[in-house]
Amino acid sequence: MSYATKSPWVIHYDGSSCNGCDIEVLAALCPGYDVERFGIINTGNPKHADIFLVTGSVNEQNIKVVQEIYNQMVEPKVVIACGICACSAGIFHDCYNVIGGVDQAIPVDVYAPGCAVRPEAIIDAVVQGLGILDEKAKALEANKKGA
Amino acid sequence: MGKATVIPFGPQHPVLPEPLHLDLVVEDEKVIEAIPQIGFIHRGLEKLVETRDYNQFIYVAERICGICAFGHSMGYAETVERLMGVEIPKRAEYLRVIWHELSRIHSHILWMGLAADAFGFESLFMHCWRLRERVLDVFEATTGGRVIFSVVKVGGVVRDMDATQLENMKSTLEGIKDEYRQICNAFLKDSSVKNRTVGVGYISEQDAVNLSMVGPFARASNVNNDVRCLGNGGYGDLSDFKPILDAQGDCYARVKVRALEVLQSIDIIEEMISKIPAGDIEVAVKGSPAAGAEAANVVEQPRGECYYYARGNGTKYLERMRMRTPTSQNLAGMTTALAGCDLADVNMIVLTIDPCISCTER
Repeated sequence: MSYATKSPWVIHYDGSSCNGCDIEVLAALCPGYDVERFGIINTGNPKHADIFLVTGSVNEQNIKVVQEIYNQMVEPKVVIACGICACSAGIFHDCYNVIGGVDQAIPVDVYAPGCAVRPEAIIDAVVQGLGILDEKAKALEANKKGA
Repeated sequence: MGKATVIPFGPQHPVLPEPLHLDLVVEDEKVIEAIPQIGFIHRGLEKLVETRDYNQFIYVAERICGICAFGHSMGYAETVERLMGVEIPKRAEYLRVIWHELSRIHSHILWMGLAADAFGFESLFMHCWRLRERVLDVFEATTGGRVIFSVVKVGGVVRDMDATQLENMKSTLEGIKDEYRQICNAFLKDSSVKNRTVGVGYISEQDAVNLSMVGPFARASNVNNDVRCLGNGGYGDLSDFKPILDAQGDCYARVKVRALEVLQSIDIIEEMISKIPAGDIEVAVKGSPAAGAEAANVVEQPRGECYYYARGNGTKYLERMRMRTPTSQNLAGMTTALAGCDLADVNMIVLTIDPCISCTER
């Protein structure tokens, strides 16, 4: 991918993260790392979002919330698991109230490991996600023409 | 009066990075009752003491909450040290206090940013977080981590700071002070901010005591419950420590208490740096806690008093580890403050308790 065709809007949901990754997601958007200068905006509305950043693992209580947000997002969409808890539940993998990584609930496109995930890793994952977003958009377009 | 309507707030809500669900019972624009529902982040990590030994558990304790990570690892380590009768070197105690106060600065500035976001002052939010990055840089230089540090161990600390690092820390904090004062001016003197905070979410001193509120939330209602006054660890050597209190009991007072606490923390760090003794930073800890031995400990986290309890069973695994975290104490105060407020003020009031849901549910 040589250039981004759009500035993606992101939505963030905290699964059962310890806050460490959440504040790093916000830190990536704020001055210092400042991805907002590329038009990447944190939105609260799933219908406006292209990229879903999930931090923390899923459990019985929040798995429906994660799926609900994912289902409300409009295609094409990309899911990024931020932090090791979202990837595989990490240090909490054997807790009784943890099902596992976010991929137990919804399909994940990019994994950004780390405890806590560094903002650089999140930015890398979002850049990778942009490529996937482009591919998905093209596939959708091709399907439309085929129909 | 209209009919009562229930408006769901959360768990996914732009104002809160964390999932907290509130059922707001609303009549016209007035909230008459707020019913909180938690449990979205419960992991059950207290049970992990059965499978992680007391040295390993410190990494779990640290991950109770990513904002007060250092406070939790320090509180846990102090509890286990008491349980086993370990005396740690003075230098380690001082280093712990320095890092702990540094995390209070980062936590409070983070919170002030989120509060600014809650009342719609986007640029102030960005300024707070810009300043916070510089505090995180100090953390990164001294511990290697930005939010999770893994620098405390049972029996001391893992890393030492040399004179240059301490000097750099001091000059960074001095440099932050001026910019921080400007931000404080915006928070405490700006009329648009005052319109959103003064008189909102009032809690009386009596209510604060009755609801056993902790931390800056209670101190804004003139309840002195700062457990740093007890002088645990390095805090005992502070020449003069007076908790910051305010009698107004509204959102403005809570902003003010936290704003001033940051400056106080900078003073504490400077005093600690000037007094820090040379010497070892750890002692070797051998053996395991005795069966039936019990220890309790309190730590003043950025959000308030956090209580730790540990019981040994003769093996290297603890029998029980229990924390009582500040936000779970403050939820009752939050629902009281919410009753009778305007719907538009809900996010402001929820934020002024500085909710840390992952602490609450663990």
